[in-house]
Amino acid sequence: MQKLGMGQAINQALREEMRRDPNVFIAGEGVGVSIHLNPMFPTHGLLEEFGPKRVKDTPVSEAAIAGLAVGAAEAGLRPVVEIMFNPFFTLASDMIVNHAAKLRYLSGGKSTFPLVVRMKSGAGIGAGCQHSHNLEAWVAHCPGLKVVMPATAADAKGLLKSAIRDDNPVIFIEHMGLYFAPMPVPEGEYLTPIGKAEVKRPGTDVTVVTWSGMLGVAMAAAEKLAQEGVEVEIVDLRTLVPLDKEAILASVAKTGRLVVLHEATRTGGFGGEVAAVVMEEGFNLLKAPLRRVTGPDIPVPASPPLERFYIPGDDQLIAAIKEIL
Amino acid sequence: MNIPEEKQKEMLWTMLLSRRFEDELAELCKIEGKIPGMTILSTGQEAVGSGACAALAPEDVIISNHRSHNHLLAKGADPNALMAEIYCKRTGCNKGKSGTLHLAVPEVNAPCTSTVVGAGPPIAVGQAFAQQYKGEQRVTVCFFGDGAAAEGSVHEAMNLAALWRLPVIFICENNVYAGAQRYEEHAPNPSMADRATAYAMPGEAVDGNDALAVYQAVRDARERALAGEGPSLIECKTYRCRGHGEADPQHYQPKEEICAWQEKCPIPRLRDDLLSQGLITPEEVRDMEARAEAVVKEAVRFAEDSPFPNPEEALEDVLVA
Ligand SMILES: Cc1ncc(C[n+]2csc(CCOP(=O)(O)OP(=O)(O)O)c2C)c(N)n1
Repeated sequence: MQKLGMGQAINQALREEMRRDPNVFIAGEGVGVSIHLNPMFPTHGLLEEFGPKRVKDTPVSEAAIAGLAVGAAEAGLRPVVEIMFNPFFTLASDMIVNHAAKLRYLSGGKSTFPLVVRMKSGAGIGAGCQHSHNLEAWVAHCPGLKVVMPATAADAKGLLKSAIRDDNPVIFIEHMGLYFAPMPVPEGEYLTPIGKAEVKRPGTDVTVVTWSGMLGVAMAAAEKLAQEGVEVEIVDLRTLVPLDKEAILASVAKTGRLVVLHEATRTGGFGGEVAAVVMEEGFNLLKAPLRRVTGPDIPVPASPPLERFYIPGDDQLIAAIKEIL
Repeated sequence: MNIPEEKQKEMLWTMLLSRRFEDELAELCKIEGKIPGMTILSTGQEAVGSGACAALAPEDVIISNHRSHNHLLAKGADPNALMAEIYCKRTGCNKGKSGTLHLAVPEVNAPCTSTVVGAGPPIAVGQAFAQQYKGEQRVTVCFFGDGAAAEGSVHEAMNLAALWRLPVIFICENNVYAGAQRYEEHAPNPSMADRATAYAMPGEAVDGNDALAVYQAVRDARERALAGEGPSLIECKTYRCRGHGEADPQHYQPKEEICAWQEKCPIPRLRDDLLSQGLITPEEVRDMEARAEAVVKEAVRFAEDSPFPNPEEALEDVLVA
C-alpha cells in the first residue's frame, strides 16, 4: 500500500474528488500559491492541475471565505474551503455557526449546504496560543454541523472524500503534527463513513476514547502498559458529530473502564460529552470511575517546556489508567 | 522640513538597532531548535516603525502585528527582554508565554501584538476610546499589513474610530505581499490610502522607505488627533525584502524586484541624508553601528544565559488572582 503523510492523503482526496465532480472547488489563503513549496501540504499542486477557476486563492478574509462556501453551496456547488489555523475559525464563525449550521433548518429543510471547512489544528509547533487552540468542542456544540477529526492518513483520505460528498456542512479538523509521518493509505476510491468510530487497538482491561493527534499518545501508552500485562482498547472516534455512541458503549461493556483523552483544554471539552454519554447510557457497565486526560485550562504557551507541559503525554494517560485499574 | 535633529538621529538609531537585531535572528533561527516557532522579520521596512514611533510621545500607545520587532524596538522596548522572549526564556518580557509572535510590552505602551491578522485595529479603537474617555492627551497608533486590510475587522474599526473621532492613527504597512500573494492579487484598488475616503477621514500615502516622510505624516496625524479631529489612515509604501517568515523560500517573489528594493533600503538613505546635511559625522554613524552591535550581542548573551521557565509556570497568569 502507498505510504503518505496526512497532508498528502488529504491532497489525494481533494484531487480525486475534484476530478470526479466539476462542482467541487477549493478556496482559502494560500491554497494555490503558498509560501510553502512543500509536497507534504494538503493543497500542493492543485492549482497546477485544476487551474485558477477551481483553486481560489483568497484575500485574508475568513468571514468572506466561509460565507463564500455557504452561498455557493446553496447555489449548487460543493465548496471545500480552508481556514488556515483553527483559532482563526473565530473570524469565520458567524458564517459557520449562524449560517452554515442553521440555514437549512430555517428553510424548513428546503435548502442544502454541502460544504466542507478544513482547518489545521494542534499544539506542538511552538507558535503559541493564537495558532494552536483546539476548538472542536465549539463546533461540536453547534447543531447543524458534522465534525470530523481523523487520526490517520487513511482515515483523512476516506473521511474527506465522504465529507465532500455529504450534503451537510462538515467541519474537517486536521492535526498539523500528522502531516509528515508516512502512513499506509489505500489507493483510489476509498470512503470512510462519517459517524463511525474505529477500534484502533483491541484490549480487555480499559477503554481509551480519543481522536486526532492524541491517537499516537494512546498507542504509546498502550504499548508500555502491555508490557505490564494491561491490555488497553483504543477507540478512535474519527467523527465527533454524529457521535458513535454504540462503539463507545460496546468497548466500555467489554472493559468496564474508560479514560477519555484529548489535546483540547478540559473545561467544556468534548471529553465531557463522551463521559456524560457513558454515565447516562452505560453507568452499569463501569467498574470504576471514568477519567479524563486533557490539556490543562490554559492558552497554549509558546515556550517549549511550557508547550510540552500543555500537551497530554503517555505518562499522564498511564497514570490515569492505573488509578482506575 | 523642520524635524528636530535629535529625532532624525533617533530614527537612524532605532533602524540600525532593529536591523542588527533581526539580522542576528535570521542567523539564529538557522540553528535547529534555537528560536521556537515562526520567525517573521521586518528587514527593509524599518522606516515605518522607526519613523512613526519617533513622532510619538512615550505615553502614546502602539498596537502591533506579527511583524513586530521593529515597532517594539522603536517604541523603546528593552532588547534584552525582547530577545529572551523570542528565545522563549523565563526572563523574556512575557515569561515565555508569547514567544516571538505576540510580544506585549505594556511598560512602553505597546500592550498588544496580535498575530491574528486584522485584530489590531479594533483593539486600537478601544485604546483610543479610553484615551478620549479619560480626556488624555495621548494617541494610539495601529500597525497592520496590506493583507490585513481585507479583514472585516479593519473596516469596522475605521468606521467606529471615524464616527466617534477617536485619536487613532491607522498605519497600513503596504509591503507589496500578504503571504505569497502580491498586492494586486488581494486588493482591487491600488491605493490603500483611498479607503480613508469611505470613512471621511484623512488618508495619505507616503514613501514607507523614507523615515522622515513617515515621521512627518504621523506627526501631522497625531496633531489632528490631539485636536479632537479623529483618526487618520497612513499608507506606508514599502517592501518585504525577506520571506513572509524565515521558512519561506520566496519562490514567488522576483529576484530583480527584491534587489531593486534592497537598493532603496531606508537605512543608508537616512544615514546619507544626515551625513550630507552635516547633521551627523561618519564617526557618530560608526559609533551608532558599534552600539547596535553591542546591544544585540548583550541581548543574545542575556537570552542564552537565561533559564527556560519551569513547566508548571504554564499554569500562571491565566486570570487575575
Ligand atoms: C486571521 C488570520 N488569518 C490568517 C493568518 C495567517 N497569516 C499570517 S500573516 C498573513 C499575511 C498578512 O499579510 P499582511 O497583513 O500584508 O502583513 P505582512 O505579513 O505583509 O506584514 C497571513 C495570511 C493569520 N495570522 N490570522
